[in-house]
Amino acid sequence: MRKNTWLDVVFISVGVLVAAFLIVPVVISILGSFSAYWTTSLFSQGFTLKWYQYVWENYGHTIRFSVMIAVFAVVADVLIGVPLGYALTRSNSRWMKLLEEITALPVAVPGTAVALALVQTHAFMRGSWLFLAIGHVVVTLPLVVRPVAAAMRTAQLRALEEAAASLGASRITRLLRVVFPNIRGAILAGALMALTMSMGEFNLTFFLYTPLTMTMPVGLYESYASLRIEIGSAYTTIFLAITLPLMLLVQYLGGESTLRARGGGV
Amino acid sequence: MDGIRRSVREGWWTFALLAPALIVLAYFFLYPLVILGLTSLRVGDHYGFTHYANLLLKPQYRQSLFDTVWLSVLVTVVTLVLSTILAILLVRRDFPCRTLLQSLITFPISFPGVVVGFMIIILFGKTGVIPNLGVALTGRPILQIAYELSGLFLAYLYFSIPKTTMTMVGSVEKLNPSLEEAARSLGASQATTFRRIVLPALSPALASAGALAFATSMSAFGTAFTLSQNFSVLPVLMYTEYTLSFHIEAASAIAIALGVITVAMTYAYRVLSERG
Repeated sequence: MRKNTWLDVVFISVGVLVAAFLIVPVVISILGSFSAYWTTSLFSQGFTLKWYQYVWENYGHTIRFSVMIAVFAVVADVLIGVPLGYALTRSNSRWMKLLEEITALPVAVPGTAVALALVQTHAFMRGSWLFLAIGHVVVTLPLVVRPVAAAMRTAQLRALEEAAASLGASRITRLLRVVFPNIRGAILAGALMALTMSMGEFNLTFFLYTPLTMTMPVGLYESYASLRIEIGSAYTTIFLAITLPLMLLVQYLGGESTLRARGGGV
Repeated sequence: MDGIRRSVREGWWTFALLAPALIVLAYFFLYPLVILGLTSLRVGDHYGFTHYANLLLKPQYRQSLFDTVWLSVLVTVVTLVLSTILAILLVRRDFPCRTLLQSLITFPISFPGVVVGFMIIILFGKTGVIPNLGVALTGRPILQIAYELSGLFLAYLYFSIPKTTMTMVGSVEKLNPSLEEAARSLGASQATTFRRIVLPALSPALASAGALAFATSMSAFGTAFTLSQNFSVLPVLMYTEYTLSFHIEAASAIAIALGVITVAMTYAYRVLSERG
């Protein structure tokens, strides 16, 4: 059908090359985590699980701490972010629009800038795990607020709520029977995005952590910088095993475009 | 009267809902940013733009600014070209394993920067895949570039391509093939059709995706920090100024400059992608 088959060849080659560039290192890293001695070939000295044991013994605490911080951040995000997203859509005034822009800012400002601002403003909190946790709350909050506000708008909940009110439904009834069922999915998507982002957050965390409050990405960095590549690989494999299911769930729920829109991310 | 009382009550209710989040954001985000801005302007015992001017005047800073900007521009351009090709391939061409290819390309979409850096070490480090391939083929390692600026370039491509490809897939799907068919049937070559029909239709998406890729590259810290041994891009320079040299004013100026660029670009991305 097409005359320019050479163009198809070019396109498909680009596709295969880029896919290989993205995926080969992931596969090699997983394989290498089982290598007893990684030189020019991976398994010349056989297989081992000792690197996993090493990571578990030396960095197990970072995994537990990351989960703790992420759960704290998500709970706080939902508690303060859902009411915020709900309230932002209750009025169309210019001030509300401005407020919405301001509350969306933390995803756009680089995490490094937020962190540098925090350490010099609230120096007395340095070293506390709470400081780190609040930092995570600030940078992940918009991920919960945006989907909730969007769901409010698409379901035209303001009109629905007014209708329910005119039929005599109390505020509590309206919240539980009208609002909540319509934004449940958005809350779940936002919470998962916040969880994913918190687990992978490095830029802000690196300014705020102490040896006692080290998260997984900080531990990963340390292992890349100063330990054997086999250990880095085992650690990375563990990290991916924990976070990839979350990422896939986020993509499945359609939240990936919000994660993508982070300007101050990597 | 009743109406007024009701709207006052609604006002209080809205305020009560907003207050917790606004207090947190004000105290732990906006106020610290104001302090950051003030610090960046502090020169000894008075205020001025010295630290911003230094970005252009001091050779070390200027080099870093120059490296970061041209690296980000190059990454943005190459990412846009590759992602457009990938998007057209994924949407328009029918070939076996198309869905597989799409999942493989979007798979690393939310890898943290440090992990992206490690992927480049796996590919181009001392025992990396490509250097080892060189050893196997020629007896000497080739392309051991993980810690060079070219390695950083590849790392930035690694995190930019998945995101940008997803944006471009969305806008290639919206293209109307009958317009291209019409152009072809009127005698336009494939190249002309692409230049006059496809490219203009894709340009809003290209602009918005480009803005985002540029912002992400300018402010990337984790990736650069994992790979920077022989150079320092702006976010890394900011970190070393703060922790190693105790130049918190200079570090703050760099943070503000980067923040302004990324916020402007992220805003442009949103405006352009809502329009397109």
